[in-house]
Amino acid sequence: MSDESKATVRQYARNAYEQLGLPRLIIIAFLLSLFTLAVIMRMDLSILIKDSITRIGMNGILVLAMLPTLACGVGLNFGLPVGVIAGLVGAVTSMNWGLKGFAGFFAAMAIAIPLAVIAGYLYAMLLERVQGQEMMVGTYVGFSVVSGMCMFWLLAPYRNPAMIFALGGKGLRTTITLDRTFGKVLNDFLGFSIFDVYIPTGLLVFMGVFYVLIALFFKSKAGLAMRTVGSNPMYARSSGINVQRMRTLGVTLSTVLAAIGILVYSQSYGFVQLYTAPLTAAFPAVASVLIGGASLRKATIGHALIGTILFHTLLTIALPVTQTVLQGADISEIARMIMSNGMIIYALTRAERR
Amino acid sequence: MSEQSTAQVETPARGLGAGISSILRNWSVPIFFLAISIAGIAAARLDINYLINEVVGRFGRNAFLVISLIIPVMAGLGLNFGIVIGAMAGQTALVIVTHYRVEGLAGFMLATVISVPIAMLLGWLVGKTLNQAKGREMVTSMIMGFFANGIYQLVFLVLLGTLIPMKDPVLILRSGIGLRNTIDLIGLSYSLDRAMDWLWNGFVFTSIGATRLGPWRFPLCTLFIIAILCALTTFITRTKLGQEMRAVGQDMHIAQVAGINVDRTRIIAIMMSTVLAAWGQLIFLQNIGTFNTYSSHEQVGMFSVAAILVGGATTRRATIWNAIVGTLLFHTLFVVSPLAGQRLFGVSQVGEYFRSFLAYGVIAVALALHAWQGRASKSK
Amino acid sequence: MGNGNVLELKDITKSFFGTTVLKDVSLSMSPGEIHALVGENGAGKSTLMNILFGMQVIFDTGGFEGQVAVGGQAVTIDSPRKAMELGIGMVHQEFMLIPGFTVSENIKLNREPTVSNVASRLFGPKLETLNEPLMQSDSKAALGKLAVSIDEMALVGGMPVGHMQFVEIAREIDKKNVRLLVFDEPTAVLTESEASLLLAAMKRLSSEGIAILFITHRLDEVMEVADNITILRDGEVVSVMPRSEAKLDRIAQLMVGRKIERPVLPPRKSEPSDKDIVLKIENLKVDMPGERVRGLNLTVRRGEILGIGGLAGHGKVGIANGVIGMYPASGRVAKDGVQIPLNDPKHALLSGMAFVSEDRRGVGLLLDESIEMNIILTAMQVQGKFLKPGALPNLRLEDRAAVREHALTVIRDLDIRCTGPAQLVRRLSGGNQQKVCLGRAFTMEPEVLWVSEPTRGIDVGAKQLVLDLLVKFNREHGMTIVMTSSELGELRKICDRIAIVYRGQIAGVLPPDASDVDFGLMMAGKSATLEEVS
Repeated sequence: MSDESKATVRQYARNAYEQLGLPRLIIIAFLLSLFTLAVIMRMDLSILIKDSITRIGMNGILVLAMLPTLACGVGLNFGLPVGVIAGLVGAVTSMNWGLKGFAGFFAAMAIAIPLAVIAGYLYAMLLERVQGQEMMVGTYVGFSVVSGMCMFWLLAPYRNPAMIFALGGKGLRTTITLDRTFGKVLNDFLGFSIFDVYIPTGLLVFMGVFYVLIALFFKSKAGLAMRTVGSNPMYARSSGINVQRMRTLGVTLSTVLAAIGILVYSQSYGFVQLYTAPLTAAFPAVASVLIGGASLRKATIGHALIGTILFHTLLTIALPVTQTVLQGADISEIARMIMSNGMIIYALTRAERR
Repeated sequence: MSEQSTAQVETPARGLGAGISSILRNWSVPIFFLAISIAGIAAARLDINYLINEVVGRFGRNAFLVISLIIPVMAGLGLNFGIVIGAMAGQTALVIVTHYRVEGLAGFMLATVISVPIAMLLGWLVGKTLNQAKGREMVTSMIMGFFANGIYQLVFLVLLGTLIPMKDPVLILRSGIGLRNTIDLIGLSYSLDRAMDWLWNGFVFTSIGATRLGPWRFPLCTLFIIAILCALTTFITRTKLGQEMRAVGQDMHIAQVAGINVDRTRIIAIMMSTVLAAWGQLIFLQNIGTFNTYSSHEQVGMFSVAAILVGGATTRRATIWNAIVGTLLFHTLFVVSPLAGQRLFGVSQVGEYFRSFLAYGVIAVALALHAWQGRASKSK
Repeated sequence: MGNGNVLELKDITKSFFGTTVLKDVSLSMSPGEIHALVGENGAGKSTLMNILFGMQVIFDTGGFEGQVAVGGQAVTIDSPRKAMELGIGMVHQEFMLIPGFTVSENIKLNREPTVSNVASRLFGPKLETLNEPLMQSDSKAALGKLAVSIDEMALVGGMPVGHMQFVEIAREIDKKNVRLLVFDEPTAVLTESEASLLLAAMKRLSSEGIAILFITHRLDEVMEVADNITILRDGEVVSVMPRSEAKLDRIAQLMVGRKIERPVLPPRKSEPSDKDIVLKIENLKVDMPGERVRGLNLTVRRGEILGIGGLAGHGKVGIANGVIGMYPASGRVAKDGVQIPLNDPKHALLSGMAFVSEDRRGVGLLLDESIEMNIILTAMQVQGKFLKPGALPNLRLEDRAAVREHALTVIRDLDIRCTGPAQLVRRLSGGNQQKVCLGRAFTMEPEVLWVSEPTRGIDVGAKQLVLDLLVKFNREHGMTIVMTSSELGELRKICDRIAIVYRGQIAGVLPPDASDVDFGLMMAGKSATLEEVS
C-alpha cells in the first residue's frame, strides 16, 4: 500500500469515527461481540433475528416521537408518557366495547389520537411557560400523569369482565391480554417466513409509513419552519415564523406519535400494560434516538431509524446471549440501564456550539 | 430599566399586615399541604398517637437526607437528584461493615467513616459532570442517579464473587455471585437511634386533660445528630466558602469575574451533599433494620426532593426550615393517604397511588412554577 | 519614567490579525487628575482598556507593543488580578453586582474579611467565618467617601440604577491602595440627576488623590469635570488638551473628522424627494435592551439610501428591529400610506420589507444549515416561494430544483466564495456569511431593505464589496435602503441622507457632505447650525 492510500484510509477512518462518535462505536462493537458470542455458543440465530425485527417494529414509532420535540428545540421529550397514556385509554376503551381485529385497533387509534392532541396541546402550553427547563418538567409531568392515571384505572367505569381484576371486581387489571381483541393484528398481517425468520410485514409496513410521512413532513413548509425554530429561534422570528406555534405543534405531534406508538407496541406485545408500567416509557425511546446519533440540537429520521435498530437489537439479544454465557445471571437489564442512561448523560454534557 | 420594574420592587415588609402577607407568600406551599394533611387526617379518622409516633419515626429516618439537598441549591445547582449516588456510597460502606461483622454503634460509626472517601470520589465525578451540563444540572443529576444504579447493580450483582473475590454465605447468593436481595442489619438496627437512650429512653407518656398522649418513642440520638447537622449547615453559610457558594449560585459570571473558582465551588457543594446523603442513608437503614440491596436507594432522591419542595423550597432557595417542615408534612401525607383512600373509596390502593401522584406532582408543579416565575422575571 | 505619574502609557501599538487598532498611543495621568478619553465607537478605547487590565484576549492575539508604567514603575500587567494589585479599578458599564446580595456583600465580594475558627484551623481558611460587622463598617466608609446615603444592608436587586452605580464604585474604592479608577461610560444608563450626583462624586474622589480615567461620549460632561482630554480616532491620539483650551465643537470635529472620499455613485433616472415618501414612522418606541428607541419620527423617500448613525446605546439599532418586529414596539409605521402592524414580523415582511440583522450569527443565520436553506427559508415561509404545488398550504413540499437554481444564481450574483450551495454557513468567512444574509433579504425582493451594521466584523475588502452590492441593488432595482451603521465613514460614502439618533430620537438629518463638526456635535447631543437637507 502506498503512503498516499494509507493516508486516505486513515482519513476515511477518521471521518467514519467522527461521523459515528465514540458511543456508537462502543455500542456497535458490543453488538458485534454479542453476535459473535451467539455464534460461538451455537445459539439459534434465526430466533434472535426474528425477535430483533419484531422489537424494532414495536418500538420504531415511539422512537420517532422524539423527533418533533428535538427538531423544534424543546429537547428530549421525557414527557412521552403523556401520549402513551392517551394511547392506553384508547386501547382500553376499544377493548371495553369488545371490538376485534383491525376494527379494534383502528377504533383505539381513533379514540387515542384526539385525546393525544388535547393532552399534547395542554402539555405544550405548559412547556412553553417553562422554557429552559422542559426536560426536567417534562419528566415529572410524565411521572405525575402516570401515577395520577393509576387512580383512574382503578376507579374508571370500565365493566368488561375480561379487563377487571378477578378478585374484588374493582379496577382494571395491571396487564390485560389482547388475545381476543387486536393482539398482533399488524404483526400477522401478510406475515411470512424466510430462512426460518418470521417477517411481521404489517408491523414493518405500518412503521415504514409513519417514517416516510414524518420524513416528508420535515421537507414541507411547516416542517422546515419547525426545524428552523429549533436551530435558531431568532432567525425563525425574523423569518415571520410563529415560534410558539411551531413548538406547540412539535410537542403535540410528538404526543400523538407516542399514543400511536404505544398501540403498535401493545398489539405486538399482546398485552396492554397499565398502572406504573408507562412510567419509564420515555427512557428507551430517548436512548434510542441518541444512540442513533441525534444531539439536543439536531435529529433526523435516520438517527431515529438507526437508533431503533441498534438499541433494540442489542436489548433483544443481550438477554438470551448473556444468560447462555453467564449461566443464568441476567445482565441485560443492567446493560440497558448503563447504556441508555450513559447515552443520555453523554448528550446532556456535550457542549453546544453557538 | 423601565418604570414597571422599579414599581414592582419589593419593599421590606413593615407592619403587621405586611408581615402576615409575607408569611403567607413564603409559606403558601406548606400551608396548602398542611390543609390537605388535616383533611386527610379527618377523612381517615386516624388515631393521633399512632400518627405522631409514625411521623416522628419517619422524620428521624429521612430528615438528614432532605437536609443534604440544601447546599447544592445554595450553590445554584438546583435540587440534587444525585443524592441517590451518595446513598449508594453509604450502602457500599454498610456492606463492608456487615461483611466484617462490626456491630452496634461502633459498626455504624465505622460505616460512616468508610462511606466518606467513597462518597467524596463519587461526588467529585458527579460535580465534574454537572459542570459540563450547566443549566441542565437537575435532569443530568437525575439521569446520573439512574446510570449509577446500573453500575451499582453491575458491581454487586455480577462482579462481586467473580472479579471481586468475596465469600460470605450470609451476604452472597447461593450461586456465589452477587449480593442477596435483602440484608438483615440486626447488628446495626437502631444503633444510632438508641445510642443516647442512657440519657432518656425516648418514650413519651403524658396526658393533656382527658386526652391521653403516648406512647411515642423518639429516636433521640438521631434527632440530636440532625440538630447538629442543621447547625453545621447554618455555619457553612456564614463562612467564606458559603459566601462563595451563594455568589456562584446567584450569578456564575459575576462570581467568576470577582475571582471565585466557580467550577471548584460547585464540585465542593456536590461532594458535601453526596457525603451527607451517604450518612443520611446509613441513618435511614439503621432505623429500618433491613436493607434491600437493589432498591433501598432508588426512591431516596425523589422522596427527599418532594419533601423539601412540600416544605416550600424552590430550585433556587432552600432553608433548613423548608427541609424540616417539608419532611414532617410529606411524611404525614405518606402515613395518612392510604388510610384516607381506604375510607373514601374503599380501596386502599387509591391512597397509595395518590401518594406517589403527590410526590411526582409536587415536584412537577414546583419545577414548573419556578421555571415560569424565572422566565416572567427575566422578561421584565 | 520616575515622574510620579499614576499612569503612563507610552507608544502603545496593538493589532488584531493584521489590522492595526491602536497606533503609538501615549497617555499620562497625575494623581487626582480626571482625564477624559473620548472617541467614536471603534476608535480603540476598549482595546486600550483591555491592555490596561491585562485581559486574556490581548495575549491570545499576540500581545502589544509599548510600555506601561504605574506610579513611575514600568510594569507588565498580564492579568486583571495584577491590575487590581497595582491599584487600578474599573467601574463596569454593565454592573457586576449580585442582585440577591446586600450592598455590603457586593462591595466585599470575594474580599470578605474573615475570622478563624475551629473548623478553619482543621480544614483550611475557606471555612473561616465572615466578619460581618467589619464588612458593614468598611462598606459604610466606602459609601461615605462618595457622599451618598445607601443602606449597606439593603439588597441590591431592585435598587435604582444610580444606586447600583455607586455600589459598583464603592466596591472599587474599598480595594486597598486604589489610585486609578476607570469609568467606562458611567452615565449612559443614568438619569440626568443621577448623572450629576455621579460627576460630583468623581470630583470628590479626585480631590482625595484618586486619578480617574473617564471614558464617555457625552462632551458636556467632559467639559464639566475633566482636567485633561485625550481624543482618540481610528486608534491614534489626534489631540491632547487641557480643558481650559478645549471647545465643544473642536472636540466633536476631532472625534469624527477624517477625509471622506465619496466615490462617484451611479446616477438615477430621478432623484428621490420628499414628494414620494415610501415609509413614514411616527412616535416609534422600541423596547430593545441597550438600544431603546423613545418616540422617534422619520420619513424615508422612495428609492433613496438613508443612513442612520449615532453612538452606541442611543437606539439607532433599535429602529429596524422595532419596525420589523423583533423587539416590542409601539407607534405608527405606514408604508405607502398603509399602516403596518407592529410586533408581527410576518406582516412586516409581507408588506414588502426585508431585514438584515446586526447580529449576524445570532439572528441572521442558521449556522448549521446549508447556504441555500439560509437564502430561501424566509422567502419560503413568508411568500410561499420555492414550494411545490399542493392542497394544504402548510404541508406543501420544498421544491428542491427551484431552491438549488436560485441559490446558484445568488451565489454567482453576490460572489459568495463557497464550495457549493450545500456548504454549511458556519464554515464561511464573515464577509461571505454577510453576503448570505444579504442574499436572504434580496430573495424577498423587497421594496424597502433595512440593513443594520452590514460591515461589522468583516475584513476591509469584503466591506467594500458589501457596500457596492447595496448601491447596485439600489440603483438597478430601485430598492429603498435604510442602512444603520456605527461607521459614519461608510454612511457618508453611499447614503443620500444621514439621520443621527441621539437618546432614542432623531437629532437631525444631514447630507453626507456636511461638516465633521455638525456630525460630531449632533452625535454628542449638541445641535449646532442645523441645515435641513433639501
